[in-house]
Amino acid sequence: MLLIECPHCGPRAEIEFRCGGEAHIARPADPSALDDNAWAEFLFYRSSPKGVHAERWNHAHGCQRWFNALRDTMSDRILATYPAGAARPNITTIEAAR
Amino acid sequence: MRFSLLSLVRNAFSNHQNWGRQWRQPEPKKTYDAIIVGAGGHGLATAFYLASEHGLTNIAVIEKGWLGGGNTGRNTTIIRSNYLYDESAALYDHALKLWEGLSQALNYNVMYSARGVLMLAHNHHDVMSFKRHIYANRLNGVDNEWLSREQVKDFCPPLNISPDIRYPVVGGALQRRGGVARHDAVAWGYARAADALGVDIIQNCEVTGFKRDASGAIAGVETTRGPIATKKVGVVAAGHTSVVMARAGLRMPLESFPLQALVSEPVKPVFPCVVMSNTIHAYISQSDKGELVIGAGTDQYVSYSQQGGLHVTTHTLDAICELVPEFRRMRMLRNWGGIVDVTPDRSPILSKTPIAGLYVNCGWGTGGFKATPGSGHAFAHTIAHDTPHAVNAPFTLDRFRTGRLIDEAAAAAVAH
Repeated sequence: MLLIECPHCGPRAEIEFRCGGEAHIARPADPSALDDNAWAEFLFYRSSPKGVHAERWNHAHGCQRWFNALRDTMSDRILATYPAGAARPNITTIEAAR
Repeated sequence: MRFSLLSLVRNAFSNHQNWGRQWRQPEPKKTYDAIIVGAGGHGLATAFYLASEHGLTNIAVIEKGWLGGGNTGRNTTIIRSNYLYDESAALYDHALKLWEGLSQALNYNVMYSARGVLMLAHNHHDVMSFKRHIYANRLNGVDNEWLSREQVKDFCPPLNISPDIRYPVVGGALQRRGGVARHDAVAWGYARAADALGVDIIQNCEVTGFKRDASGAIAGVETTRGPIATKKVGVVAAGHTSVVMARAGLRMPLESFPLQALVSEPVKPVFPCVVMSNTIHAYISQSDKGELVIGAGTDQYVSYSQQGGLHVTTHTLDAICELVPEFRRMRMLRNWGGIVDVTPDRSPILSKTPIAGLYVNCGWGTGGFKATPGSGHAFAHTIAHDTPHAVNAPFTLDRFRTGRLIDEAAAAAVAH
């Protein structure tokens, strides 16, 4: 079980949280301008990287707020957590987080 | 060498010291007619059917680790075909029909055991959903029948059908042709049979890149053991499909999650069939060695760690202890995780890709083992003819663009 640092509440056990999938996927500004490829990309295509992954978490059994986390998908180590709306920290490798 | 009573007797006279190797350890050639990336059950089956049904014998299966060492060796071996939609029922039943004759076809005992897969209903919604499945299955020629609570108890006596548990059993759907097979034997049987037809199985060799010709079509692969030329590549890399396809410059509609399973200490035969409960999330059967084989759920986050959170397995064991109280004092021997690639509609992708000569078989999510023979058979057809077999034609990569999804997850309330 992961120990997740909620930016608002501090470190809590994973069972208090729900993972909301990949972060920083912006809703199309002008949906009617999108073709089928762009819709498919927005709805269905995800990066699923073997390495650093930016993802959304919801502290469902705590403050109930959404925030983002950077996590290494090979070790499951959480490298950083940051409030929703904040820019993604510039961490691209697990070494950079140390 | 064929396995037979005669060969068994002959080898008995030499104390079984002279059995030959089951497959070769060939060096990669400079060029092949086709290359399969990934020597799991699906990849080996693809190679076997390419060689046996389509006459393509100058082919190789390239594997980063060892054959059958990924999800083929990690799953809970459940076989069934009672899927809701026509497309899925056709695909999975195609596989089930091949399972029925597989040991003979491969001359290798895969220990397919049609002991029945019983899916438990715990509430009104389950009853309605399962009956809908049963009627849909019958229309598709797939056996599936409704059992009352008492019939459930008759079919699987260890189950607790008391009305005062948290989620009482109110009935179940039974597919009698469903069951289990020996997962390692499936990989070994396909490997041995493919090798006998001339297929090179190259282990400890990772595909690191793809070569393209001037028109953009596949011209070969780069591997850790040097470049190999070929015009056709089938990627069957399960949880690592996104990683491999990224080396060809293609993004995939997949996410990879850890899925866990565990086994108990071995005991005498106590559990006669496969029992699944999607509502309280438990899968259980007993292997021929006597271990209880238990399937847990996926973790909620993308990961390649091949291990999951202990709370996920605990959740499953809670359900099993309630369903089968006599298992409460069983000790679990091992638990492990595999990485499963999940599509947005929870249906697999067996398809051509935007790159000529590149084919992909992926997205089997949490339930690929049952489809192994059918998947390999249909994918071999797709590669050999550059056009899909009728059973995998709907399972294109393009369906996420056209919107023709096969949305088993939402409609079926079934964990696959």
